[in-house]
Amino acid sequence: MTLQKILAGLVAPAFVISVLPATPVQAEPLIWGVQAEQTEFRYGKDTDVFAWNFDALVGSDELKLVWRSEGEFATKNDNFERLENQLRAQVPISTFFDAVGGIRFSSPSTGNRFDGVIGLHGLAPQFFEVDADLFVGEYPSARLDVDYEVLLTNRLIATPTIELNLPFTDDTKYGKAAFGPSLEVGLRLSYDVVDRLLSPYIGIHYERSFGGTANIKRSEGEDAGAVFFLVGAKMIF
Amino acid sequence: MITITRQHVVGAVMGLGLVAALGSGSAQAGEYNITIDPVTIDTGDFTRSGVGFNGASPGPVLRFKEGENVTINVTNNLSEDSSIHWHGLILPFQQDGVPNISYPGIKSGETFTYNFPIKQSGTYWFHSHSGFQEPDGAYGAIVIEPKEREPYRYDREYVVQLADAHPHSGNRIMRNLKMMADYYNRKQQTVFDFFKDSEKMGLGAALSDRMAWGDMRMMATDIEDLQGFTPLINGKGPDQNWTGLFKPGERVRLRFINSSAMTYFDIRIPGLKMTVVQADGNNVQPVSVDEFRIAVAETYDVIVRPAEDKAYTIFAESMGRTAYARGTLAPREGLTAEVPDLRKSPLLTMADMGMSHGMDHGAMAMGSATHKMPDGSSMSGAAHDAHSSTTHKMPDGSEMKGAGHAMPDGSQMQGAEHQGMAQGGRHQMSDDAMMKGMDHSAQGAMAQSGMDNSMHGGMAKGGMAKEADSFYASNSGLMPSAANGGKFLSYNDLKAQKPLYKQRPPTREIELRLTGNMERYIWSINGVKFKDAEPIRLKYGERVRFKFVNETMMTHPMHLHGMWSILDNGNGKWNPIKHVVSVSPGTTVYMETEVDAPGQWAFHCHLSYHADAGMFRKVVVEGGPKEQADASAVRHEGH
Repeated sequence: MTLQKILAGLVAPAFVISVLPATPVQAEPLIWGVQAEQTEFRYGKDTDVFAWNFDALVGSDELKLVWRSEGEFATKNDNFERLENQLRAQVPISTFFDAVGGIRFSSPSTGNRFDGVIGLHGLAPQFFEVDADLFVGEYPSARLDVDYEVLLTNRLIATPTIELNLPFTDDTKYGKAAFGPSLEVGLRLSYDVVDRLLSPYIGIHYERSFGGTANIKRSEGEDAGAVFFLVGAKMIF
Repeated sequence: MITITRQHVVGAVMGLGLVAALGSGSAQAGEYNITIDPVTIDTGDFTRSGVGFNGASPGPVLRFKEGENVTINVTNNLSEDSSIHWHGLILPFQQDGVPNISYPGIKSGETFTYNFPIKQSGTYWFHSHSGFQEPDGAYGAIVIEPKEREPYRYDREYVVQLADAHPHSGNRIMRNLKMMADYYNRKQQTVFDFFKDSEKMGLGAALSDRMAWGDMRMMATDIEDLQGFTPLINGKGPDQNWTGLFKPGERVRLRFINSSAMTYFDIRIPGLKMTVVQADGNNVQPVSVDEFRIAVAETYDVIVRPAEDKAYTIFAESMGRTAYARGTLAPREGLTAEVPDLRKSPLLTMADMGMSHGMDHGAMAMGSATHKMPDGSSMSGAAHDAHSSTTHKMPDGSEMKGAGHAMPDGSQMQGAEHQGMAQGGRHQMSDDAMMKGMDHSAQGAMAQSGMDNSMHGGMAKGGMAKEADSFYASNSGLMPSAANGGKFLSYNDLKAQKPLYKQRPPTREIELRLTGNMERYIWSINGVKFKDAEPIRLKYGERVRFKFVNETMMTHPMHLHGMWSILDNGNGKWNPIKHVVSVSPGTTVYMETEVDAPGQWAFHCHLSYHADAGMFRKVVVEGGPKEQADASAVRHEGH
């Protein structure tokens, strides 16, 4: 994906909106839905965490608006370690990929912040679901999120996930150091109980910080890495 | 004029075979009343609300007479717009019932009066052409009694109308498919399938197969977009067992209609030969078969002669083998016969992806070296049919690179396409060695085992050579074979009983590439969705040759309204006259149309969710006789 394509994709939403009313020929049904990949309770040594991650989308083949919400609430101190809400516009730029542009509002317990988001969302060869986002603002960072589904049966599905965050600047408020990555790896075993509407799962979640970010964690008396066992449910509506 | 009340029409649906125009001497003008109603549908597996006609789904069997002028008052009792389209009927375009093309549709609470002459005979059907009302249950059958005696006899007849009732509403299904294209695919390959394949073909081959599909981000199991439905016969699920009675020795005409939203069926009646006498309402030269495949929206009339005093099962397996419809022919109520098991689900092959070049050539290298067809043509010839002379686009729109058409021996492929193949006669594969040749291709390249298995199975069981069918890509995973090893109807077998038109060369050719993006669930023609497309403009009096090039991995039943589709299956003047032409993945199919109906018409894939997603066109026929051309007076804005 060239930078040009990405930029074109980012300009495209405005263009699509402007041409939509001009062609009222065949009304295509509105596409909408909610896809919650994670709603789960994580049991850890140090703290338990309630976490969620969902996309609510509305739009058409040409343009989708997505509200993406992600949160991690630690029960030990009753604080949000992560709380992000993004409003993202998605426009197709290739057969399998959308360009993404939007804003992110972060409001964990350590303070609020707005960033811009540009990224890619789509299906890579061999069926890897990929989100690659660049967060632009005073404290820029990048995030790569890759999911894969392994079908044990057509309803019993193992989903390995990996998320990599890379801050580009020191960000003391959010406890991150420039180029000190943090990594989250998960494995969830889900069963589709009702269609794909409700799929409870169990799993394991491992997170670990590296470099300067790990040092910050240690200086706060925490471990750089932590393992959680989890139960939760996937939902699509 | 005679008013047929709702009771009369419902009476017809009870299978009593009432002729709708009951009056004496007034058969030339029948008046019918139909209401479009919210109904409850009970399939035996689930109950849901849906849409029906005259208070039921399926709606009534409308029985018309050729030559009659019909007046049909259609009242919409839904809370949304509706419509009725008379599928396969030749009529003035304003009567065709497609909202925004024929007319504005029928508003909630309003009545629209259709008025048209019946110029044909045979088995047809009708359905709503609004939103997803048809998948939600708004369909019924039409039987038109011919003026002249038919060239076959029967003692009794039944409409056998198939459908694929789904617990989800059409709107919900479309939304789910757009959210996740494989939402309803529960036949995906699992890790255990992978282990099994590794055992069978070796780890390397199994891995390279999965990698090949993964590289395309496509699935070999992508045969039925929509699974989880209950197949119905005349509104009854398999357990509700629709039953038609007969007296042993009688000839029974079964009018099969596939009113499914998405599902092709393979139909057989174990213990009975079926003589196909009609396809899409037009008589064909009789063919005796053991099994046939019915595309969505097609009709086939068959005559069976159950001689024994026992029950026979009508068994219709979905093409993807995820479900079956079942009914019974019985000498008495309450009798049943054995219900067969579903056969193994097929898998698509790289041939179905239009990608068989490299691999096929591998197979051909083996095949052509040693194996000759009984008619003298080599295997290579047979394998060519799937490949039109055009460039091959991948379903994702990218062009295939390096797919040279050169044969292993260096000779060039001549644009050997379907009809060439069909004209050349049927190619019988005569020995097992041929099969082995194919197997090698499966190992060497990426062909799935599905095809090979089914072929070997067929060979082993029936001991019969499997016929190559030019309407499937060679090595296609979708190629059907009869469960008893006998005769499976092919499009190649269909020959018109009486050609409707003089045979003449087409005045021009229009290429329609059937295109799509499975991952996004977008379907289109020539890469353009209906929403963004210009109409196809035809001139009255021309004979157009349509060339369908299926670049997707799904099978598309293409339906042109208002004018006949003359399928080019190589039978020349006997080419069959149809209203639906099914185009398998990786194939090119031609049909010709005598443009003899002015006005504007719909032309689309009859899979409901494909049509709605954009595999749809408006056709405008310009010119024509003055009296018919009030078309121009009723131009609709838009497209």
